[in-house]
Amino acid sequence: MPRETLDRKLRQLQDDVLILGSMVQQAIKAAVAALQARDLAAARRIIEGDMEINRRRFQLERDCLICLATQSPMAGDVRVVAAVLEISTDLERMGDYAKGISRVSLMLGPKPLFRPLPEIEQMADKGCELLRRALDAFVQRDVAAAREIPSEDDQVDALYNLVYRQLLDAIIADPTVMDEATNLLWVAHDLERFSDRVTNICERTVFTVTGEMRELDVDDQDQPSPERTSKDS
Amino acid sequence: MSAPDAVGNEIAIQAQELNVYYGSFRAIKDVSLAIKRHQITAIIGPSGCGKSTLLRALNRMNELVPTARASGQVVFLGQNIYDRDIDPVELRRRIGMVFQKPNPFPKSIFENVAWGARINGFRGDMDALVEQSLRRAALWDEVKDKLHQSGLSLSGGQQQRLCIARAIAVRPEIILMDEPASALDPIATLRIEELMQHLKENYTIVIVTHNMQQAARASDWTAVMMMDEDRAGQMIEFGETQQLFMTPRDRRTEDYITGRIG
Repeated sequence: MPRETLDRKLRQLQDDVLILGSMVQQAIKAAVAALQARDLAAARRIIEGDMEINRRRFQLERDCLICLATQSPMAGDVRVVAAVLEISTDLERMGDYAKGISRVSLMLGPKPLFRPLPEIEQMADKGCELLRRALDAFVQRDVAAAREIPSEDDQVDALYNLVYRQLLDAIIADPTVMDEATNLLWVAHDLERFSDRVTNICERTVFTVTGEMRELDVDDQDQPSPERTSKDS
Repeated sequence: MSAPDAVGNEIAIQAQELNVYYGSFRAIKDVSLAIKRHQITAIIGPSGCGKSTLLRALNRMNELVPTARASGQVVFLGQNIYDRDIDPVELRRRIGMVFQKPNPFPKSIFENVAWGARINGFRGDMDALVEQSLRRAALWDEVKDKLHQSGLSLSGGQQQRLCIARAIAVRPEIILMDEPASALDPIATLRIEELMQHLKENYTIVIVTHNMQQAARASDWTAVMMMDEDRAGQMIEFGETQQLFMTPRDRRTEDYITGRIG
């Protein structure tokens, strides 16, 4: 059949999404590790490395547009290309969170953190796991998995709320840690947003397979409100 | 006009359980299709699936093939066009056709447009009718200074617009177009597609096309035809064009428009 070229191009786009996704996972894990270890040189490397993520994202966007312009994909094919465009944007922003966390590292300087925050590493690990599974679901066209994964974002939200309370309590107990705690709040916030974007990717998988365009995580409006959930608990 | 359908679109013409046979061969099988008024409906499908046969059945053009016969109904203005008391010539005035290859008569541009109206006993201002028809066919500015030159002196794209002007001049309600741009270059093709968007303000258009991008670009509704195991053409899907090309409901439509079959 005369689809060889188009099939090859669609495969290439998805391979590139997987590569970009794995670069983003590495970046976010490395950013959190550098934060914990107070490794400023590593933090600087991650900030520089974000340029490569951005470059690849633009390349992927160009490849998608070339595919649209030259192959005129239809139906399921055009949905794949549209999904790759959207996912690449999400991945690029997820890469920015790694850069943001690394900037916080640089701001905090070389001294050890005022308190260990294992939950931050757990948030990064869970977020990366969700991202890996979401991208697998995308290339496998696994709608069931794509619908399921966003519900696990609650685990990341719960960790975020925990970190939020701990840091707020720390500030109340000792206002001199205000600056450092606020910076760490931003780190937790970035990691929480990181997982939210996994939900976007899952939505694109559902769209690619079914053509359905709707939010998968309607309860979770924009971001969780720690105040509200802390009262609830 | 006929009653609106469930979602409020007026129906210009409606095939109901339509079958068309050539001798013992059934070319079209049980097609039911409601063509919406003042909209562009594209009929697409692989070669030999009965697209043109279906189109021609909408103004009894298929009767010009001696062995052809139809069963079922095509309802136009509340009446089955296959009823005995329907005059096929009058029917074809109200439901005109534009063909794949531009076919102007070997006469002047003016006469090409005036011809049909004259035959139909038009008694009004012929100059005005010719001008209006050529304007509506987006050809006036290009030919207004040479109305008495031969229609054959025009380019392919202009000839096709001349044929559209000729079809318009008899004041039809529906214009059937059978691959109207397949013999034209991309610019001339685009002009025809743009023209269709203007024409639909006054006419209902049904177009058969091999060109999927053309159907996607130019139509409001799309019907997909496909042969069954007996090689009879069936309509497998009908829907709004943007929905059909983005999220087709039928697997066979998806396979056809993405180039997996056909």
